[in-house]
Amino acid sequence: MMSNLRFISAGFGGQGVLFIGKVAANAAMLDNMHVAWLPSYGPEMRGGTANCSVCISEKPINSPIVPHPDVLIALNNPSLEKFSGSVKTNGIIICDKDIVTLTSGRNDVQEIGAYATETAEKNGVKGLANMIILGMLYAKTKFCSENSLFEAIKICTPKRKAEMLELNYKAVKFGMNLV
Amino acid sequence: MSEKMLLKGNEALARAAIKAGCKYFFGYPITPQTEIGAYMSRELPKINGTFIQAESEIAACNMLFGCAATGKRAMTASSSPGISLKTECISYMAACDIPAVIVNVQRGGPGLGSIQPSQSDYWQATRAAGHGDFHLIVLAPSTVQEMADFTQLAFDLSDKYRTPAMILADGLIGQMMEVAEIKEPTTVPPEKPWAVTGHNFKRKHNIINSLILDAQKLEDLNIERFKKYDIIKKNEQRSESYLADDADIVLVAFGASARMSKEAVDMARANGIKVGLIKPITLFPYPENAIKKAAETAKCFLTVEMNMGQMVDDVRLAVNGKCPVDFYGRTGGVIPTPDEIFEAIKRTVAKEMK
Repeated sequence: MMSNLRFISAGFGGQGVLFIGKVAANAAMLDNMHVAWLPSYGPEMRGGTANCSVCISEKPINSPIVPHPDVLIALNNPSLEKFSGSVKTNGIIICDKDIVTLTSGRNDVQEIGAYATETAEKNGVKGLANMIILGMLYAKTKFCSENSLFEAIKICTPKRKAEMLELNYKAVKFGMNLV
Repeated sequence: MSEKMLLKGNEALARAAIKAGCKYFFGYPITPQTEIGAYMSRELPKINGTFIQAESEIAACNMLFGCAATGKRAMTASSSPGISLKTECISYMAACDIPAVIVNVQRGGPGLGSIQPSQSDYWQATRAAGHGDFHLIVLAPSTVQEMADFTQLAFDLSDKYRTPAMILADGLIGQMMEVAEIKEPTTVPPEKPWAVTGHNFKRKHNIINSLILDAQKLEDLNIERFKKYDIIKKNEQRSESYLADDADIVLVAFGASARMSKEAVDMARANGIKVGLIKPITLFPYPENAIKKAAETAKCFLTVEMNMGQMVDDVRLAVNGKCPVDFYGRTGGVIPTPDEIFEAIKRTVAKEMK
């Protein structure tokens, strides 16, 4: 199990990039890890792009800022352009290929993509590309236990959207199998 | 039973306020503190409390004044420009010795500034949170847990000393999520015989008033109030020290800057530089005793802030010329990274420790 992970999840507002981070942070918390989740709330949010930085660590976290992520989740081109250069050597970039048409151009990182938006649509989990991507992140890094991941999804799915719970589970499982 | 939850700093603060017995909140939305009001608007009606979104920050603070004058625990929250609007009323509350909690989740200034994290209201909070001779008790949280813990503390100290207290947070601590526990209070709010409440003519009525036209009378009151501040300075200085005992360079940083500085301290230590950190928790009273003590052995100080160096004077006053005090900061909403602070440490070493 990978115990320490720092990642950035970035995309358009509404794609659920903050939710990816929130579920991951909750899952790691359930595994008794130290976690920090920091959203972008600045003017760029209002311009349509959003991101969050997530730190998962065995030790207390001082700086919640992630200048050099182990993993970048990029769900649109501007996010890939903005953050791909900062990913650590031997790090991972995960993209939704339906939306991200560019590549990072780096040969020292592992770039994995999936047609997440289309996969979601075709498999009855329309709009849950973010959960497919979360499943990929989990499969790739094993940043938490599988139980905690599913428990975290339960915690983070609002009660008024209870019907989403099973769909979220389903989408995450698709993601796990894509890697 | 309290449990550990993943919470935003703003939400942890709001939850802790309710736990501390705050049933009344008056506010006006502004980024990056809006979650505080949002939480209060949802939760206070459930416990027969009152949330009012006022027509302005000025009105919200006067509602706080009125409510707190009846002896109830009450709170308002805003961010930098909004706090400026509240300062007239904060001065009135200080003049009337009214306990109340004011939260400032700071953003970049001056003016409307940016909405990004900042610490540029240090002077305002510690020197001039309104006109006239007065101080606030000022607490500076640097973690989500401290957002919760210091809220309880702010209510307790405010009641104990009959003075308004401010929680001086910043956008980073307000917006980030960490695991925190909203603890059960261990204290009971004191009796408030001074409060203006209905009493069916059973006692002489209390008066809350800040207009004192007799200069001698006002001077007497001000001197009396500053005796109280002396007691606060004696009893309530709080700070946290990290690897400062054997440090050649002592960093001084509060709030978000303290987090970044702590990481820089670890980086410097890994490179064989003897660095430590003093994190002020109370900004008034300023933890001068802790800094004085460190100045006996340290070779130099470096204050790290998210402003243009507003705390430097306080560190220099405490150090009292024993060694140099350098400054590194970012402003306008830019957060200093641990890497940058580490570089600043190396520059200070080169400059002050030849």
